[in-house]
Amino acid sequence: MTALAVAEAVAAGERSARSVLEEHLDRIAGREPEIHAFNWVMAAEARAAAAEIDAAVARGEAPGPLAGVPVAVKDNLCTRDAPTTCSSRILEGWRPPYDATAVQRLRAAGAVIVGKTNLDEFAMGSSTEGSAFGPTRNPHDPSRVPGGSSGGSAAAVAAGFAPLALGSDTGGSVRQPAALCGVVGLKPTYGSVSRYGLVAFASSLDQIGPIAASVADAAALFRVISGPDPLDSTCFDPAALAAGNPTAEGQNGEDRPGVPEGVEGLRIGVLAELCGGLAGNGPGVEGVAADVAARTDEAVTALEAAGAAVEAVSVPSVRLGLSAYYLIAPAEASSNLARYDGVRYGLRVEGATAAEMNVNTRTAGFGAEVKRRIMLGTYVLSAGYYDAFYAKALRARALIRRELDEAYERFDLLVCPTAPTTAFELGAKTADLLSMYLNDVCTIPSNLAGHPAISVPFGAGDDGLPVGVQVMGPAGAEHPAGRSPLWRAAAALERAAAP
Amino acid sequence: MSPREPSIPASWELVVGLEVHVELATATKLFCGCANRFGDEPNTNVCPVCLGLPGSLPVVNARAVELAVRLGRALGCGVETSAFARKNYFYPDMPKNYQITQYDRPTNSDGRLELPDGSVVGIERAHIEEDTGKTTHMGSGGRIHDAVYSLVDYNRAGVPLVEIVTRPDIRTVEQARACAGELRAVMTAIGASDARMEEGSMRVDANVSVRPAGSGELRTRCEVKNLNSLRSLGRAVAYEARRHVGLWEAGERPRQETRHWDESGGRTISGRSKEEVEDYRYFTDPDLVPLTVDGAAVAEVDAALPELPAARRAGLAAAGVAAEAAALVVERGQDGLVLAAVAAGADPGLTVTRVVNDLALDDWSQVTPEGLAALAGMERAGKLSATQSKQVLAEMAATGGDPAAVAQRLGFKAMAEADLEAAVDEVIAAHPGEWARFCAGEGDDRKKMAGFLTGRVMRATRGRADGAAVNRLLTNRAIRP
Repeated sequence: MTALAVAEAVAAGERSARSVLEEHLDRIAGREPEIHAFNWVMAAEARAAAAEIDAAVARGEAPGPLAGVPVAVKDNLCTRDAPTTCSSRILEGWRPPYDATAVQRLRAAGAVIVGKTNLDEFAMGSSTEGSAFGPTRNPHDPSRVPGGSSGGSAAAVAAGFAPLALGSDTGGSVRQPAALCGVVGLKPTYGSVSRYGLVAFASSLDQIGPIAASVADAAALFRVISGPDPLDSTCFDPAALAAGNPTAEGQNGEDRPGVPEGVEGLRIGVLAELCGGLAGNGPGVEGVAADVAARTDEAVTALEAAGAAVEAVSVPSVRLGLSAYYLIAPAEASSNLARYDGVRYGLRVEGATAAEMNVNTRTAGFGAEVKRRIMLGTYVLSAGYYDAFYAKALRARALIRRELDEAYERFDLLVCPTAPTTAFELGAKTADLLSMYLNDVCTIPSNLAGHPAISVPFGAGDDGLPVGVQVMGPAGAEHPAGRSPLWRAAAALERAAAP
Repeated sequence: MSPREPSIPASWELVVGLEVHVELATATKLFCGCANRFGDEPNTNVCPVCLGLPGSLPVVNARAVELAVRLGRALGCGVETSAFARKNYFYPDMPKNYQITQYDRPTNSDGRLELPDGSVVGIERAHIEEDTGKTTHMGSGGRIHDAVYSLVDYNRAGVPLVEIVTRPDIRTVEQARACAGELRAVMTAIGASDARMEEGSMRVDANVSVRPAGSGELRTRCEVKNLNSLRSLGRAVAYEARRHVGLWEAGERPRQETRHWDESGGRTISGRSKEEVEDYRYFTDPDLVPLTVDGAAVAEVDAALPELPAARRAGLAAAGVAAEAAALVVERGQDGLVLAAVAAGADPGLTVTRVVNDLALDDWSQVTPEGLAALAGMERAGKLSATQSKQVLAEMAATGGDPAAVAQRLGFKAMAEADLEAAVDEVIAAHPGEWARFCAGEGDDRKKMAGFLTGRVMRATRGRADGAAVNRLLTNRAIRP
């Protein structure tokens, strides 16, 4: 049952939120020990929330657009009624005194939060193996990773633990696990969704995004969580977006769930550098597997068959994305993670002096990947290295944004794979960091540019595991939710992929 | 010619720049809605944002920006689109272990400050930043476990500050004090801050160096901290100047370092500085958007600026008030009263003397310019002695009222000349030794005896006598006994 169908049934009184919840809790009880999607299952809190929804329906009140829909929430989003750990020892047991804005909006929409999902520690990773509390496994094949860092959220949706989940995406952390788990994941335009209450990894790149089993469900969740927030200065009002998106439909039927059909007349560019086999426009980035390239090719053919004008396009600077990202994101992280010092909350390991206590706490509390990135980020911001690394990375970022914006003058959307491969075996890439980092090579450009991108399942690889195709758009292209060309292309791919 | 510091050899020139932090007088903190209030119970004005809890985000307080721009404009600064940056370092009273400040794009830059002596100190910048919390180190206190610990109060964390950085234009200790004093006067005049050094709402650090007189070089400077009053500032700068001259003359060189002023020891102490300069790894804060203050907003701020201390001093000078007294009157905010009294016909010198010496600092709202002018007139005409005039003024400040009526109520009237002469003669008769020394005396001894005899007359008349009249009578008697 889709999230939209659940919400409709609950609002109509045809199903109780409680029965919907119990069905999902049963599924969790059955498979969670194997999958480990959650750090914390909030059964009691969820039952109380479901009872409130049912009571509201009984009183004849409108219970909200996500009435009774179970939602899994990544454990780097603050929740008043459950610990928020970022899958790190350093925050083990910390209970925030407040809800993230996105979480607050979920509750206001009638959603039922079922648990906090596992992630790579502080969202730094692409396999969820970096969690201090053990890895999450891919529901399609438990010997494989679910991707990351929102691996718990993607696995929860893929395993049917919840129809919807929230993830966060700094370099691909919503889209890549969505692709590896065969579900839909959106990274919104930077500023579309308030970051208030999202524990920061790299503030200029982080965005909260929806994960769902269908494009329409993802749009419904996005509609609930997006919109301006006085608590986040970088958040924008989509109403203020320039009348841009000339091909977007009007506001009529804005509240109608589902995604309208049709990509006819859309100009879609195939991003050569990120499509390996599709090249002919110079070399592509390394590592895009042949089966993934083949599925992407088929997706492009399907869009063309549905009426889109498709053409290859070269955006050379996207090749710089990975390098720029691994300078900018650690730099911001080194500052964002300085607050975990043992003074006010979370772990404290005593020492003879305050400084020694800081060091002891951080040494014991952070995992290897987090420490590596803090050191890297500290280094690139240091006097004498700033210009050579950080400042240069900012220039590369500006160049990528400019070249992508230029591409969007000729194209409504761009298409490429979401991840270079299907889900890999646990442990396969933990010893080779570069191969791990390469997982995000196709997703990072959208983060650097601040643009939206969505991953849609499209067939399977040679190993039978899901492949995701990514549709990218210019800033604001995911507005209006569910109706803009980005959503229509995603829906077209979803239909074409249907068996 | 710039002034020369008299406390060091003439072959050396003192070079000082100040870094002054002032807390802005906003109702709430810089990036959250918590109260900005001094003296509350520790850790009661806190929230996720100013505690730097994970996931929290700063949103800039528009009122703080407005006050900062007002301050910048009062210092003649240009206002540009500015950005916030993070200054990264670890300290337990800093919740995020970075301070949100401004680095390469400050809100205000390139201004000037005119001091009461007419000299001008350049203002490099006046930027916005957040304050840290406050750490209290608890000592051993003779307990068995000798537990040394620190208490942190985050009420101050996130309080809006402006850091004003002057150019190294200060050449004397007196100028350093005057510069800080003038900044305080500007701050209070425009309502940007209460600028109380003792409460820490204004904190002054001094960058001190010396150089051979006539050279244009900038030599190694030391930053002196922990200056809790203008007096400390003056003493610390003077100490540091002597120390630097001593080092250079001994063939040594000062180390660039932070030094702390030890008030009781009257010296500066090296602040355990390391050889390397601290690296704060500044970068633009991605949580905040650039601050744009458009021309119209700046014009609005300009239009609302009150008359500044320098202009007010100039107004007093034009009215005939001496410079030093004018500075004091402006600092106390009593210049409006003095100007109006002078306009109402009062003698400027006498009026300002009464106001500076005898008008209560806390409550003088009942004193009208007309009343003050009338009082000065009565004193000038000899209808009131100086002592009586002071008492009348105190009464006017306490209860209001016209000086003539107050004088009558207090039973004051000028002594008849004959009564005064009689009183003087009685004192001369009672103190023949002192009288003889007065008549024979030269210079200081004569002055001393004059003071003694006048004091006796004042005592005998219970202050009703006019000191100047007594002096005149004594002189007359000494010439024509």
